[in-house]
Amino acid sequence: MPKDGHIGPATKRREDLRFLTGKGRYTDDINVRGQAYAQFLRSNVAHGRIRSLDTAAAESMPGVIRIFTGKDFEGIGGLPCGWQITDKHGQPMLEPGHPVLAQGKVRHVGDPIAVVVAETESQARDAVEAIELEIEELPAVIDMKAAVKDGAPLVHDDIGSNLCYDWGFVEENKAAVDAAFKTADHVTTLELVNQRLTANPMEPRVAVGDYDSSSEHHTLYTTSQNPHVIRLLMGAFVLGIPEHKLRVVAPDVGGGFGSKIFHYAEEAFVTFAAKAINRPVKWTSSRSEAFLSDAQGRDHVTKIQLALDKEGHFQALRTETFANMGAYLSTFAPSVPTWLHGTLMAGNYKTPLIYVNVKAVFTNTVPVDAYRGAGRPEATYQLERVIDKAAREMGIDPIALRRKNFITEFPYATPVAVEYDTGDYEATMAKLEEIADLKGFEARAAQSKKNGKLRGLGVNCYIEACGIAPSHLVGQLGARAGLYESATVRVNATGSLTVMTGSHSHGQGHETAFPQIVADMIGIDAGQIEIVHGDTANSPMGMGTYGSRSLAVGGSAIVRATNKIIDKAKKIAAHLLEASEADIELKDGKFTVAGTDKSVDWAGVTLAAYVPHNYPLESLEPGLEETAFYDPSNFTYPSGAYSCEVEVDPDTGKVTICSFAAADDFGNIVNPMIVDGQVHGGIGQGIGQALLENTVYDENGQLLSASFMDYAMPRASDVPFYTVDHSCQTPCTHNPLGVKGCGEAGAIGSPPAVVNAVVDALQRGGHDVTHIDMPLSPARVWAAMQK
Amino acid sequence: MPKVSMTVNGKAVSGEVEGRTLLVQFLRETLGLTGTHVGCDTSQCGACTVHVGGAAIKSCTTFALDCDGAEVSTIEGMANADGSLNTIQQAFQDHHGLQCGFCTPGMVMSAAALLKENPKPTEAEVRHYLEGNICRCTGYHNIVKAILAASGQDVSAIAAE
Repeated sequence: MPKDGHIGPATKRREDLRFLTGKGRYTDDINVRGQAYAQFLRSNVAHGRIRSLDTAAAESMPGVIRIFTGKDFEGIGGLPCGWQITDKHGQPMLEPGHPVLAQGKVRHVGDPIAVVVAETESQARDAVEAIELEIEELPAVIDMKAAVKDGAPLVHDDIGSNLCYDWGFVEENKAAVDAAFKTADHVTTLELVNQRLTANPMEPRVAVGDYDSSSEHHTLYTTSQNPHVIRLLMGAFVLGIPEHKLRVVAPDVGGGFGSKIFHYAEEAFVTFAAKAINRPVKWTSSRSEAFLSDAQGRDHVTKIQLALDKEGHFQALRTETFANMGAYLSTFAPSVPTWLHGTLMAGNYKTPLIYVNVKAVFTNTVPVDAYRGAGRPEATYQLERVIDKAAREMGIDPIALRRKNFITEFPYATPVAVEYDTGDYEATMAKLEEIADLKGFEARAAQSKKNGKLRGLGVNCYIEACGIAPSHLVGQLGARAGLYESATVRVNATGSLTVMTGSHSHGQGHETAFPQIVADMIGIDAGQIEIVHGDTANSPMGMGTYGSRSLAVGGSAIVRATNKIIDKAKKIAAHLLEASEADIELKDGKFTVAGTDKSVDWAGVTLAAYVPHNYPLESLEPGLEETAFYDPSNFTYPSGAYSCEVEVDPDTGKVTICSFAAADDFGNIVNPMIVDGQVHGGIGQGIGQALLENTVYDENGQLLSASFMDYAMPRASDVPFYTVDHSCQTPCTHNPLGVKGCGEAGAIGSPPAVVNAVVDALQRGGHDVTHIDMPLSPARVWAAMQK
Repeated sequence: MPKVSMTVNGKAVSGEVEGRTLLVQFLRETLGLTGTHVGCDTSQCGACTVHVGGAAIKSCTTFALDCDGAEVSTIEGMANADGSLNTIQQAFQDHHGLQCGFCTPGMVMSAAALLKENPKPTEAEVRHYLEGNICRCTGYHNIVKAILAASGQDVSAIAAE
């Protein structure tokens, strides 16, 4: 698609006007007449058996309408898991039940046990305090490796093991990989932890259930990235409500980062309770509750080994990872350490032999699922760290070692089952060297030394598979869903357009970027186009927003639907102009008979479609509205090269990020301002992971990092201005926009750059430090320097 | 229940509240001013920032009753009289200083308080001032840039326009 017209400019975001004036409409801003309020009683122990649950005193508290317990959910479906993994022996993963409210046992701190529904939120909260609960505490398993030892306490007694699956990929390659290691000139080994994170979108989750007994119609307002998926999962698997009786609305959503993909117990609860008490029911999460109930992210413990020849060519790679599932399988949890992680282990490099082993483990902790990047940051981190370590061991410049192994010809089929369509890794590396002024690093390092600081440079590459995904492929891989996207383009009589998309914007700027595409195709002003999303009543079945898919998949659906509109509009124009359809050209919103000055403008055609006085009714229906579904034929493969410069204070271990640069290849760009913003945000989260954030449980399973007092979110003073560039563009070959997706790149590419930089700084300072696990807090860095 | 009266965005308002009712609850639930948000329960995130008596405070840890008689400003009162964006709001839009919009009202209120105290802050001063406002979307780049731009400083040299 040509980069002119409306595709390409940094159009300012129209949605900002409501967000900047307090007119955003988030779920907590929705109050349904007559609503009651729900508050949850949650387990305060990590593992235990409910001995008694007495709600009598609480029921007599002021304002209490009804108290629900696990008994109310006997015989009602549990929360389903949307992805089944087949283990290395060909057996399906172990899949325990996930009740809406605890059935006899609790399995993590925060596991919901009972719910008070009362006239006010305060009354509900007061009554929760009055519920008498006795739990027999059982030994908890928190550490993954301990959890899979014989005799470890079982998180789920009925499945007989804490090992969800033991996955080998590609199992058939294992022997060849092991053989390559035996003959390799050099083997670099690194053991590392990709620590557990909490997504923490600034808007906590909210759910409001409403029920109309006259029509038996349910409505759920919820903070979701994918309302249609929630409708399907909750309707079909939990509550048994058919789609035509269930509307799910996700209005303005205050960030998601993956944590609002999943179907949560609270959504099912308010929907169920609204019918049970015949009143709307609202639940608003506190931040403390969010830490105990939002699915968390990452939490991999990995041993990675890279085999190289004398010159530094990668010969083989093998990894062994323990991946924490937490106490239950969240919606897409099993896919994250497997298909979203193992398939990325080739990175940007020609490693001929790769074997990935992943053991997914149940522990008495909050469930873990996708968080920005989801598997791909874990793959990138271990790969780019082991390459850096190998370079240092072999005395090869880390950038040169990467260059030596770059994939240079496309399409490229990796040994881990994916085929990269396009890319130019040398171009992004060269761009990085320019924008980060890497030549000037030594001079800056010398200046830092004069100031008593240790300066280090970290560089890495990344690739991601996103635009998720071809349905036929993910079906083979165990997905219990298709991963297409939908769009309906409704042209109104006077020429304006309403575009209904199955994608969901929770910060990504769809309301601005999507009209740019349609405006470009038709040649009208983008202001004539409005995007509608986030309501199952308004848009066709769609799969929502995650995996950097909105533009590549959702945008492509919009292109298809718009093409159908243009095709039909040309037929109408041909009739009006008494010409052959083949001779009609559309340019700048005007239909012209080629080679003549006969024309009709866009609004003339749209009016004819709805006022069909002069219209080919015998061959064409009136109206102008089209729906399209787009199912991609491959993933997209954004890639890039990132660098970070740090200063380490040798007295305290404090790391300061001096600069951060990112050279990305996202293919074609629709709105560069929005792309910059996405990369900035991803880098901010990546720096957060590298330096600050950590979700920590004690040995009893108590969550120690359960508030913003304890969980270190990045603040403005923790990060610098970033230098970002996306001028290297190898367009995607298989979607109509040539776009690749930019939402997760920053979070995927940035943690290894920071850690590589700190290790570099310490080695330059004479410290024999080859690795420090994230977050690189002053205490950890200082301790490493004392060795 | 006790009655509380205050001036919010120039209008006299009053309502009955419990002793434990927070200012943010009074604003959102009694007055329907839902632009002020609650993002945490430990006074860390700043999404609830409003001005009381001209000073930026966190309305999630202020009792409504403590604001009896006070002058309160919220995000709903920030736009120009004709409804157009004020200088800070406009700078946030111009420089893409917001994504999901949830932290944005608090960011704008904090930025307004900063620029009142310090009309030409340095980058470091802006970053330090925002220590009580958390944004998860932007990585702060464009927020800091927008606030510097709103102060009338040239931001064209800042990386990655």
